[in-house]
Amino acid sequence: MIQPREDMMTKMSKILHQEGVTYLDYQATTPCDPRVVDAMLPYFQEGFGNPHSRNHCYGWKAEEACEKAREHLADLIGAHPKEVVFTSGATESNNIAIKGVAGFYGPEKNHIITCQTEHKCVLNSCRQLEQDGFEVTYLPVQKNGLIDIKALEEAMTEKTCLVSMMFVNNEIGVIQPIREIGRLCREKGIFFHTDAAQAVGKLPVDVEELNIDLMSISGHKMYGPKGIGALYVRRKPRVRLKALISGGGQERGIRSGTLPTPLCVGLGVAAEICRAEMKDEHHRLTQLRDHFVSKIREHLEEVYINGDEKLRIPGNINISFAHVEGEGLMMGIKDLAVSSGSACTSASLEPSYVLRALGVDVEMAHTSLRIGIGRYTTQKDIDHAADRIIKEVKRLRDMSPLWDMFKQGIDLKTIEWTGH
Amino acid sequence: MAYHNRVIDHYENPRNVGSLDDKDKHVGTGLVGAPACGDVMRLQIKVNDEGVIEDAKFKTFGCGSAIASSSLATEWIKGKSVNEAKAIKNTEIADYLALPPVKMHCSMLAEDAIQAAIKDLEAKK
Repeated sequence: MIQPREDMMTKMSKILHQEGVTYLDYQATTPCDPRVVDAMLPYFQEGFGNPHSRNHCYGWKAEEACEKAREHLADLIGAHPKEVVFTSGATESNNIAIKGVAGFYGPEKNHIITCQTEHKCVLNSCRQLEQDGFEVTYLPVQKNGLIDIKALEEAMTEKTCLVSMMFVNNEIGVIQPIREIGRLCREKGIFFHTDAAQAVGKLPVDVEELNIDLMSISGHKMYGPKGIGALYVRRKPRVRLKALISGGGQERGIRSGTLPTPLCVGLGVAAEICRAEMKDEHHRLTQLRDHFVSKIREHLEEVYINGDEKLRIPGNINISFAHVEGEGLMMGIKDLAVSSGSACTSASLEPSYVLRALGVDVEMAHTSLRIGIGRYTTQKDIDHAADRIIKEVKRLRDMSPLWDMFKQGIDLKTIEWTGH
Repeated sequence: MAYHNRVIDHYENPRNVGSLDDKDKHVGTGLVGAPACGDVMRLQIKVNDEGVIEDAKFKTFGCGSAIASSSLATEWIKGKSVNEAKAIKNTEIADYLALPPVKMHCSMLAEDAIQAAIKDLEAKK
């Protein structure tokens, strides 16, 4: 029986308001659910056995716990437990899926299709394959952040071995048309991999219904521990992978190494909780998100939501406040832990490549905030965040020469700016 | 990233925010930077017949360091002669605010803004 979420709100409230700072960055990571921690603890102690030891009860106990966790995760995604491979996280899962398929089916099938707004670990895996002679198509996205299915179909060739398309984008929260992509890939006999780190546990995901062949999962994005994730690998029709690491052949030879029992258990319980609470949580977060956005819009003009307004997860609010620089804004809202699409701190001065891929103007990309809400975010948090942001945006706009010009009706695009 | 107290002070309590009448022949306006780079400064000076900067105002779109650099610049040039203001170097601003290397461009922009405002004033004469 799962203990209800409400029981732990006092404890979580403290954890998520440290030093007076409200945590609103749930796409970066989620805190471990206390129910997950409780389930993990015994496996650091009496349950320490090696789950691969076949000759004594220490091993059996650990193995049983890992297999139970595998079942919970499989149940969450409509898979068979044998199709779940534990990894260290979504980055490793993405690497194994992409390089693994390429390694097995290349060089005869040497073409991969992905998209420009993927996570860096997908893009960089593809870049590496390009150096090894693979061809990679990086599909553009439309203004709403979603790919065009027709463009995907046109990019497919006889040589295509894999389509890798993320389920939910980590920066802008949009949901790609996974069902259509899956159907198309199945029709053409091309394997379909999806990085579902931001989707699993938040949206109903069924690998059968969606024709997904490979799927990456992350523990710490779904209130589980860091350092664990999983890769779903379809058995029928079978997806074969070239392993990236050599070892004792654990995890069907796909990912050698002793399983971290406590982390596996944590991921399993996290999956169990997500499955039980998903519907209510989705509803609750949608209400919070809508409340936040309408409050912001009521008090501020020139506010833009980045990414499709409807086809997105409720936990992600990526929002641009025209004429207010994101990093400057973040400094004013120090009591809110959020992230910005402005990359003023990086040496490059380049703002988010994801927002750029959407065709968001560079200047607008500099004005974006990513606000991530989740399981322990309350109405009070949301009201506080909205009040603080409204106040600070107004203050900074009064200080912004761009806002002045906008108010005077000057088109900023007509001005010759000086670089430096 | 930890900001120096002086950056935070100028960010939270910026000095001389505002505008001067651009049509006034005693007023020089410098507009530097670009929205695409993430910072734009507008710095204005009002210079009397003795060549002394009587008033200075700024508005800045940018990060905390950019706002602080321009706020500090207006504070420093007020009451100075145009020639003294001309001599202010970005390194002095950066040192005073203890800007890290990635924020050096903010101080450079403030120097540019002072120079641009003076140039604009001189062009009016």
